[in-house]
Amino acid sequence: MATNAEIEQQIAGNEYKAGFISDIESETLAAGLTEDTVRFISAKKGEPEWMTEWRLKAFRQWLEMETPEWAHVNFPKIDYQEISYYSAPKSMEDGPQSLDEVDPELLAVYDKLGIPLHEQMALAGIAVDAVFDSVSVATTFRDKLEEAGVIFMPISEAVHKHPELIKKYIGSVVPVRDNYFAALNCAVFSDGSFVYIPKGVRCPMELSTYFRINEAKTGQFERTLIIADEGSHVSYLEGCTAPMRDENQLHAAVVELVALDDAEIKYSTVQNWYPGDKEGKGGIYNFVTKRAIAHTNAKVSWTQVETGSAVTWKYPSCILKGDNSIGEFYSVALTNNFQQADTGTKMIHLGKNTKSTIISKGISAGKSSNAYRGLVRMNPGAEGARNYTQCDSLLLGDKCAAHTFPYIESKHPTAVIEHEATTSTVSDDQLFLCQQRGIDTEKAVSMIVNGFCKEVFKELPMEFAVEAGKLLEISLEGSVG
Amino acid sequence: MIEIKNLQAKVEDKDILKGLNLNIGPGEVHAIMGPNGAGKSTLGNVLAGRPNYEVTGGSATLNGKNILDLDPEERAREGLFLAFQYPVEIPGVSNLEFLKASVDSVREQQGKKALDSVQFLKLAREKCKAVNLDASFLKRGVNEGFSGGEKKRNELMQMMMLEPTLCILDETDSGLDIDALQVVAEGVNAMRDENRSFIVVTHYQRLLDYIVPDFVHVLANGKIVKSGGKELALELEEKGYGWLENENGAA
Ligand SMILES: Nc1ncnc2c1ncn2[C@@H]1O[C@H](COP(=O)(O)OP(=O)(O)OP(=O)(O)O)[C@@H](O)[C@H]1O
Ligand SMILES: [Mg+2]
Repeated sequence: MATNAEIEQQIAGNEYKAGFISDIESETLAAGLTEDTVRFISAKKGEPEWMTEWRLKAFRQWLEMETPEWAHVNFPKIDYQEISYYSAPKSMEDGPQSLDEVDPELLAVYDKLGIPLHEQMALAGIAVDAVFDSVSVATTFRDKLEEAGVIFMPISEAVHKHPELIKKYIGSVVPVRDNYFAALNCAVFSDGSFVYIPKGVRCPMELSTYFRINEAKTGQFERTLIIADEGSHVSYLEGCTAPMRDENQLHAAVVELVALDDAEIKYSTVQNWYPGDKEGKGGIYNFVTKRAIAHTNAKVSWTQVETGSAVTWKYPSCILKGDNSIGEFYSVALTNNFQQADTGTKMIHLGKNTKSTIISKGISAGKSSNAYRGLVRMNPGAEGARNYTQCDSLLLGDKCAAHTFPYIESKHPTAVIEHEATTSTVSDDQLFLCQQRGIDTEKAVSMIVNGFCKEVFKELPMEFAVEAGKLLEISLEGSVG
Repeated sequence: MIEIKNLQAKVEDKDILKGLNLNIGPGEVHAIMGPNGAGKSTLGNVLAGRPNYEVTGGSATLNGKNILDLDPEERAREGLFLAFQYPVEIPGVSNLEFLKASVDSVREQQGKKALDSVQFLKLAREKCKAVNLDASFLKRGVNEGFSGGEKKRNELMQMMMLEPTLCILDETDSGLDIDALQVVAEGVNAMRDENRSFIVVTHYQRLLDYIVPDFVHVLANGKIVKSGGKELALELEEKGYGWLENENGAA
């Protein structure tokens, strides 16, 4: 019988495919967070004094802040002294100079995840920076990028090699005090990616980072900074996974994008952190601050496919500072079992004729809760600005929930804001039609869900659109048999 | 082909089919007529395995195989096709994608070779033409925003693609304009062959002028109450159903 009850059953049988634990020797800092922890991390990276000071300042500010409670999510209070703030695979001590030097076990881990790190990536023409727990392990294609003048390296390395860029831009889009998790990240971030595209350069390939949390009881605090200089263009993709653990793990990342005049940044995320088991045990707490600033005529586009994490708190945003700048947000957020997601975007229109588009697709299954939270603000200078928001929810089964919290503030009379929202379900009749045509329920649900997400998937780089479709399928379906 | 014996079924605790018998041989076309609410659609749904339609007695075998224990998709792969009285919409899933998944799965089960995309598209366009639907309908969501008549023709198009052995058409003629009615009838007639059988549910004798049935049955109150040749349809048109109920009650 193909009822919604059956889908629920199938959904409930979902297995997390990335959930293996790798047996790699690693060096992990004892749990706890004090100024000494911050100094330790900074020293571990051999950071210059200014960076250590910046971290310490952030730490002191963080101590005075409180966990935000406005999001539509529930989780037990996090004990920040229980978490380890640094973990590096041991073989990384001296740092690999090329892919050949990377621990083969580590590469095997990526293989298991289906991340085609070397050959396949070469074919796809993608440069990859892989962050395993807290450090960058391999950055491919550096030579080819260097030729084009593109800088793509771990941020820890950029601190040494390009201090002027780091000093100028770190914390410029997401200020240290922005929010609790951002401040925490500033204090203890361990690594992440740094990208700089010079004036007028079109980055010759997709840039890509994979994040993975492997160690138990570690937090991951990566930090990404992308600067697209005037008239340049870059497309960047990040993917995330984590092994299955009983306890919850914390992930608090900060991503800052700077699109200078006439530049374009396309940032895509496929997030598949461990969501916890069927009873809601374990899973990643994903508290991420992502923000972009777009200068005159610049364009920033966020595309995200969020299927993982026990709790997601994430609002990739655009500050449309320059006249005619454009911000886009395309999102698919899928929650199952006991997952909770509160995600959306903020579009802050400062410049004249700025434009933003928000397309959000929320899919809730099991007993999960999925909230869209979006802010569109037209500031007094935003003459002729426009926003279009479309916010669709799809419910699978009747134990899940979808919420929409749109906030609109318009301080300019010529600004135009449009908002559309729909909620739909997969009906038994639709499923029966599929079955009557020989299509089993699993395939039917995946077809319907993929159809629902089409507008967002088409924004992803081709090869990842396929991956995203599969990911939804995996997240929704039990292993057959 | 299909043998239905003493079939009883209920929906939401209400008995609808109350001991229905029907035998259909290969290559035969059987028309089923009968008053509203008699259980005609229920029969189609029960045979196709719709959830919430509970079989409480009797049997149905397709080519010697008991189908009542199979999942709906398995029945479809065995060659059972139901053209719905009220086709539902599946927004966002293109007709083409839907058809491909459907044809792939049915062909696989039947041990036929999978069609490659080019062959498939060619075939789909051909069938669209046969039911007078523009090929652009392949790109639209399944039944999404289709008119009543377009939905019915889309059902027929799917039937042509799947080449089933038992076709159940539930009022495929209602809501069709006169030209479309002819198109549908021609489509069905073109598919008639010695290995394929049809159950055609209709309220109108007119359809049976185009699709000439081998047998006509009257379904009333959950049972077949009268069977005859195609002339029975004419008689029904003239007299309605009242006389049958009396006849039946007396029997
Ligand atoms: N899901 C359901 N829930 C409740 N009652 C139902 C359901 N499906 C069918 N019925 C009832 O079963 C009876 C038979 O319905 P069915 O649709 O089979 O009639 P029909 O012969 O096809 O009628 P029509 O000529 O109007 O299409 C009706 O009284 C109908 O209301
Ligand atoms: Mg009916």
